[in-house]
Amino acid sequence: MTATALEEPVRKTSPGAAREPRRRPGRLRRIGLPYLLLLPALLLELLVHLVPMVIGIVMSFKELTQFYIRDWGTAPWSGLDNYKVSVDFDAPVGEALLHSFFVTVGFTLLSVALCWLIGTAAAIYMQDTFRGRGFLRALFLVPYALPVYAAVITWVFMFQHDNGLVNHVLHDQLHLTDKPSFWLIGDNSFYALLTVSVWKGWPFAFLIVMAGLQNIPRELYEAAALDGAGMLQQIRRITLPSLRPVNQVLILVLFLWTFNDFNTPYVLFGKSAPAAADLISVHIYQASFVTWNFGTGSAMSVLLLLFLLVVTGVYLLLTSRGRRTADA
Amino acid sequence: MPSTPASPMAPPRSFLWSRRIFLTLLTGFVLVPVYVMLSSSLKPLADVTGKFRWLPSGLTFRPYIDIWSTVPLAKYFMNSLIVAGAATICSVVIAVFAAYAVSRYSFRGKRVFTVTVLSTQMFPGILFLLPLFLLYVNIGNATGIALFGSRGGLILTYLTFSLPFSIWMLIGYFDSVPRDLDEAALVDGCGPLGALFRVVVPAAIPGIVAVAVYAFMTAWGEVLFASVMTNDTTRTLAVGLQGYSTLNDVYWNQIMAASLVVSVPVVAGFLLLQRYLVAGLTAGAVK
Repeated sequence: MTATALEEPVRKTSPGAAREPRRRPGRLRRIGLPYLLLLPALLLELLVHLVPMVIGIVMSFKELTQFYIRDWGTAPWSGLDNYKVSVDFDAPVGEALLHSFFVTVGFTLLSVALCWLIGTAAAIYMQDTFRGRGFLRALFLVPYALPVYAAVITWVFMFQHDNGLVNHVLHDQLHLTDKPSFWLIGDNSFYALLTVSVWKGWPFAFLIVMAGLQNIPRELYEAAALDGAGMLQQIRRITLPSLRPVNQVLILVLFLWTFNDFNTPYVLFGKSAPAAADLISVHIYQASFVTWNFGTGSAMSVLLLLFLLVVTGVYLLLTSRGRRTADA
Repeated sequence: MPSTPASPMAPPRSFLWSRRIFLTLLTGFVLVPVYVMLSSSLKPLADVTGKFRWLPSGLTFRPYIDIWSTVPLAKYFMNSLIVAGAATICSVVIAVFAAYAVSRYSFRGKRVFTVTVLSTQMFPGILFLLPLFLLYVNIGNATGIALFGSRGGLILTYLTFSLPFSIWMLIGYFDSVPRDLDEAALVDGCGPLGALFRVVVPAAIPGIVAVAVYAFMTAWGEVLFASVMTNDTTRTLAVGLQGYSTLNDVYWNQIMAASLVVSVPVVAGFLLLQRYLVAGLTAGAVK
């Protein structure tokens, strides 16, 4: 999450935030202490995230097949070969990667839009107190609280061709289809994946927007009501603009999580996803572990990371600039 | 949690109606899978292999007994509990130290640290899965510390997954604890760590609880690394649950019963503590 970029300037201006630590005996100890406090977090991030990332980048320049896996340092260098294979869109490997990329982009945009829309609508609808509000709020958080595999396995059961709930309702009870459909193979699998992803993801948007709404001062609404603004106008002129900073981070986080999601498609489809729902994480996993070609898999991962870096950078640039002009 | 009415006026009738319809549909969407999980776990096998039925032909608790013998569920449960519990405790303690340093001290590299730690959230897990696997194997060969296939390796991995968000949220939370409080403690002769544990931590308990819930859920639900980094003795629930689908039969009633059993600890904990999570987000992350 790159939210610090937004948090930092705010913090610097807040009173006392940049205050010097209290004068204590022992200059070395005073300077060393913050680093000492950070050390465990730093070491672990290095071990689990940063060092492996560097290894991953190195691996992407190597011809790393199963023969070299025991001692990967000895694998021969292959220059840009892995990248050439990955982006040669006329050959099967590159073509499949490009297809998977487009599927992932489409899926992510739809899923994030739906999650945000449902979450925001629910949070705004539940801003006033009414009977059963606390109960509903707890209920709505259940999909988010359930372990991914438990929730997704239940959806797998519901999407079964012969004994699933979805076909029973659509075909047997509502007679909407001529014959029971397949949901976990073929083109329908995209919609199955989207449904599960939205079901699982919208409560997070709900949670964040709900927390964001609490920080909007009540006086704003009162002033607007005195000026004769109706409900919809209040939502448009006060609620949504006040949520802007929250939304900026929320949408980015939803985007990154959904784009990188492995757990949902993996539990839903198993090791090989149908082409219509071939998300990039599972695609790369398969390219690495099924074909045992880790060099190409690493190259694909690096390309994915570069894409996400560019998207995040452009997104933050665009949304932050829009915000500044809006403030001026 | 205090509620903030959107409008001092009574909302218009159309708003109330659209709210009723929207919330009813949403409740249905949320509840159907939960209902399927619960009702199917109480069905005899014939009910879940034939056409789907909304109501069981007869109620049975048999699946809840069988789940423990079809696969070694108790062992997986224990592994998940150890891994998620240890990862949570370590993650929270480490995050408290780091967030305290960032919130209370100014030092060189502070910004680099926060940006780096947070940007690791952006990495696709698939990018460092294989390198991490190789790194753990190499560390094991070089030092004899078994990280690959062991619970320790998984704990180490999982705690870093929740660390960035935990630090981020706690920085915001600690910032909201008045500095006068820890300065008073320092004047009274507490060291910086004394001030942290006697003053700042107690004042930030809701934020810390929220972070702990998040860390536990992250570790309890992870699938990708669990499927590569565990072996028969260290397998966690995320992988173990796949054992109910054998080639010939899929025991859907047992799968649903097991899913329910493994969900209860996290869902119950989450629902009990969710007000802290909302309060923590309001005070920290969202501010």
